[in-house]
Amino acid sequence: MSEYLLEVKNLKQYFPIRTGWFGTKPLKAVDDVSFAIKPGETLGLVGESGCGKTTVGRTILHLYKPTAGEIIYDSQQITPQNVHNFRQSMQIVFQDPYSSLNPRMTVSDIVGEPLDIHSLYKTKQERADRIAELLGLVGLNSDHARRYAHEFSGGQRQRIGIARALAVNPKFIVCDEPVSALDVSIQAQVINTFEDLQKKLGIAYLFIAHDLLVVQHISQRIAVMYLGRIVEMGDSDEIITHPAHPYTQSLISAIPIPDPNIARTRTRIPLEGDVPSPLNTPSGCAFRTRCRYATEKCAQERPQLTEVAPGHTIACWNPHD
Amino acid sequence: MSTPLLQVKNLCTSFNVDSGEVRAVNGVSFNLDKGRVLGIVGESGSGKSVTAYSIMGILVEPGRIKSGEILFNGEDIVKYNKKQMREFRGKRVSIIFQDPMTSLNPVYTIGNQLREAIMLHTDRNRQQANERALEMLKLVGVNSPEQRLKQYPFELSGGMRQRIMIAMALCCEPDILIADEPTTALDVTIQAQILELMQELQKKLGMAIIMITHDLGVIADMCDEIIVMYAGRVCERGTADEIFYNPCHEYTKGLLRSIPRLDTNHARLIPISGSPVDLTNLPKGCAFASRCDNCMKICLSELPEELDINDNHKAACWMNVRQVYNEAAKGGNVE
Repeated sequence: MSEYLLEVKNLKQYFPIRTGWFGTKPLKAVDDVSFAIKPGETLGLVGESGCGKTTVGRTILHLYKPTAGEIIYDSQQITPQNVHNFRQSMQIVFQDPYSSLNPRMTVSDIVGEPLDIHSLYKTKQERADRIAELLGLVGLNSDHARRYAHEFSGGQRQRIGIARALAVNPKFIVCDEPVSALDVSIQAQVINTFEDLQKKLGIAYLFIAHDLLVVQHISQRIAVMYLGRIVEMGDSDEIITHPAHPYTQSLISAIPIPDPNIARTRTRIPLEGDVPSPLNTPSGCAFRTRCRYATEKCAQERPQLTEVAPGHTIACWNPHD
Repeated sequence: MSTPLLQVKNLCTSFNVDSGEVRAVNGVSFNLDKGRVLGIVGESGSGKSVTAYSIMGILVEPGRIKSGEILFNGEDIVKYNKKQMREFRGKRVSIIFQDPMTSLNPVYTIGNQLREAIMLHTDRNRQQANERALEMLKLVGVNSPEQRLKQYPFELSGGMRQRIMIAMALCCEPDILIADEPTTALDVTIQAQILELMQELQKKLGMAIIMITHDLGVIADMCDEIIVMYAGRVCERGTADEIFYNPCHEYTKGLLRSIPRLDTNHARLIPISGSPVDLTNLPKGCAFASRCDNCMKICLSELPEELDINDNHKAACWMNVRQVYNEAAKGGNVE
């Protein structure tokens, strides 16, 4: 038995993109990503849009068939053939609480569907009780069960999505930008719900978000992705206080801080230009086209994740403090 | 004292829908001086965008300005007819929208769209308009501007499109630029670029900016003055320092408590309970009362007036009134 609940090894996910009449070209959405999550732990996955963070989350659940690599849950490898056995252990909460709930189903149908599929009850009463219990867990009222999704606000809908994910008693949940569609005052409610559930049920999260403030708050460890690759991974506090990769440094310096004194005095490390197209990633280090420290070596050889401090790895040839 | 550039007085904007009247903006007043940056913060549905649309005269049916005045250099633009409004809009006040993907016309080139704005408001000919467009693109830091003029919006990235939007908004040198969530759709690193660009342009061209956003971080960085809105009303206003370090409205306090901080102590967030009010059915008293932890009897029955906290800070919360009374009472005991 390994100490990890979930291990991802050299995961690759290429999507074929048609170029012209006959040719196709692989879009490397996820390129050689490895990480591991312990039971009851939260790993935050950050990066800009298009960096492949959502694809990582979906590929782990085999919502996309991985191009290469291993996904190991509880020491067993997940394959397309046996993935159904893992559906009870791994769940997902989606970003958009508006499109991820069926408008024609009542809340009790939505939350009860996983129970039906996995035959997790014997009597109707048992099903109703379980639904009421789940709604209670996420801070909703059992009276809400008879209503439809459109009757709820964004924050409440996201809670319904969480209750649905919890229905099968998972040990691991992929949270795919679960709070980015919500208002500031509601965000905090949902983040607290995630934290409470983790404490109560010991669930591990892969928390995907582009908002570093939210990710550093909820995660014990953080992985930073750029163009399909992890460029830095480590303890959340360590990454925030001592980012070692130039991309992470820029990313952290770009967060708008809600404090006028800090905002006025701190220096930003600006990043020039845009993210290159994932169809034609630069050779060597993918970040070199926007990096201040890029050298010739960066163009020739791809840096691998190496340890700079215990538990803190970066993929960079010229790390600066 | 000179008159402010823009004065909004008791603006009420409503949408009449089947389920009743949605009072999106409900008695909002503020002044904007030349070359200042005013921030309007609030959640979705707080009326911040509708305020901006009312000033621009671009309300969509069934929305209309029910009462109030919008004075630009002392002239009431609510009374403008369509033709006057068309001349005013884009030339004196212009706007950049949240979503750079949908606010550019997909079937015209960038050059075409920039020229349209320039030729409509100035008497430049095509050739001169083209030169002006080129100059604007250089100003907002678009690389290879000659080539961009011939491109269509879909060929550009989100950050690039937002730069084009800014160029378009500024090409007639407006006195006021309204930025309606200009960076919400962008990534943090691109957001930092755009905010820096706006600050730089503001210094260079000296226009006033109304910055509308829900992101307190963006506001802290950019604004001289801040207005906090909730359910169509101003609940607190003041300088950035006053709002962030001395919040006096329970809603502002709650907002500041509920955002995660960039620190390492991982303190539990303190959320604002409940969800935003229904704008068709506003309560009689303070709109925030149902979510407020310090709600008093009077909050439910009477609307709080805006009260001076000090010279550059006002808040509309009964808590402040109570504090004033308490202090007065204390003073009385000592004597």
